[in-house]
Amino acid sequence: MRSLPALYVQQFKTSLAVMLQYRASLIIWLISHLLEPLVYLVVWTAVSAAQGGSVGGYDAAGFAAYFIVLMLVNHVTYTWIMWEYEYRVRHGSLSFALLRPVHPIHADLADNLSSKIITLPLILAAAAVLAAIFRPSLHTPPWAAAAFVPAVLLAFAVRFLMEWTLALAAFWTTRVSALNRVYFVALLFLSGQMAPLSLLPPPIRLAATILPFRWTTSFPVELLLGKLGLEETLLGLGAQAAWILACVVLLRLVWRAGVRVFTAVGA
Amino acid sequence: MRYLRLLWTFFRVGAMGELAYRVNFFVQLLESLLELATAIAGLAVIFSYTSRLGGWTQDQVLALVGVFFLVGGAIRFVLQPSLEQLIESVRDGTLDFTLVKPEDAQLVSSIQRVEIWKLTDVGLGIGVLAVALARMGEHVGLLQALEFAAALIAGGIIVYSFWVILATSAFWLVRVENILVVFQSMYEAGRWPVSIYPGWLRFALTFVVPVGFAVTVPAQALAGHLTWQVLAGAWALAVGLFAAARLFWRAGLRRYQGASA
Repeated sequence: MRSLPALYVQQFKTSLAVMLQYRASLIIWLISHLLEPLVYLVVWTAVSAAQGGSVGGYDAAGFAAYFIVLMLVNHVTYTWIMWEYEYRVRHGSLSFALLRPVHPIHADLADNLSSKIITLPLILAAAAVLAAIFRPSLHTPPWAAAAFVPAVLLAFAVRFLMEWTLALAAFWTTRVSALNRVYFVALLFLSGQMAPLSLLPPPIRLAATILPFRWTTSFPVELLLGKLGLEETLLGLGAQAAWILACVVLLRLVWRAGVRVFTAVGA
Repeated sequence: MRYLRLLWTFFRVGAMGELAYRVNFFVQLLESLLELATAIAGLAVIFSYTSRLGGWTQDQVLALVGVFFLVGGAIRFVLQPSLEQLIESVRDGTLDFTLVKPEDAQLVSSIQRVEIWKLTDVGLGIGVLAVALARMGEHVGLLQALEFAAALIAGGIIVYSFWVILATSAFWLVRVENILVVFQSMYEAGRWPVSIYPGWLRFALTFVVPVGFAVTVPAQALAGHLTWQVLAGAWALAVGLFAAARLFWRAGLRRYQGASA
């Protein structure tokens, strides 16, 4: 495994070159990542204004803090692998990845991390602009700020492993776009993208907690906003660790079965 | 009349191409229904905390969602695929074939490709609109219906002219597909009344991406808070933009050099 660090460094260089080549897609990327939290922030601000300033423990500044932190946490945790796998399987480009001496997940992980490091300044600038406009208020106890770091890293691990496993559905069907849609609707409601989970009806909240969704995004956001106690935080970190373990096992099983049914097309 | 026949011909060609892949229809229907269910569930959550959002009731916002699907579906049904093909053909020179046809080239370029399954969004939009209207009941009279039709037509002309201007810029800039993608993603913000957005964003959604005129203004007519000044303004903008698009298209054509050289 001597070559792994070299692989990551090389992937970083490649990603940087690709991104500087396609600057227009950077703008598209930024708009799509900015727009959704911005729209829901505006909607919930309007709701809280209609209700005399506060809804379910969030006032305008609280919603601003929630959605800006959500945008930043999303930047750390999101992946685009589910949209890529269908193309790879259908066009046979997966064959090359299979020939390499390392597991293809490393190349994806390196690509994901490199792209995010490169786009970090953009998203931070966007967050600063939003903060200047919407004036969020953030009251984080020091211990929660410290626990936020492992929480957000574990959240990335859960989401990356889960979505990489789900992306393997492309081995069995060529219509993954419908499947992806279902997944992203679940993500919208269950991971706190459209509203803080505490504002959703109890059954949805329960589903979000039992399934991995809350642990991929919403949990670190709630932690940084100072909404969680020490005990809840420790339980959350435990749940994240458990999901990572479960996803690793599942990923290995699905990957082995998937590679077996994969038949490369093309020369 | 003759233009409608032309559109019908392109529709038949598109249908013949797609009918071989009928499963695509069900996939599209599933995706559209899912998107609609998401929108309605989102409304349910938000209106469980308030009875009004920026002055709009739940049924009025539901009507707006209907208009959003209707207009968005119409764009994805014919305008977007056609203009994407126009941009492509400016780059590789196949616009020659359009130019030698005996019909107006701008017209042919705006209806030349039809994605028939996107009609599901148009159908769902009309369905949602009907449900919202039934729930609003007697508040919607004949006058509102006429205002709605007038506002929707004006909004349609504005959106059409706007897309044509964007696509026509391909004659100078060549690679403009990305601009279309940017505007498509900003269109998403139009599923809420633009009046709830802060001033700078409202301005952008009204004049930079005219989703305010295409979606919010017609829905306002149904909600009964459309003033005649806004409607007159929408029509003035529609006429102005349509003329501007025509002039811009002519100027673009003069620059076009073809591929045969």
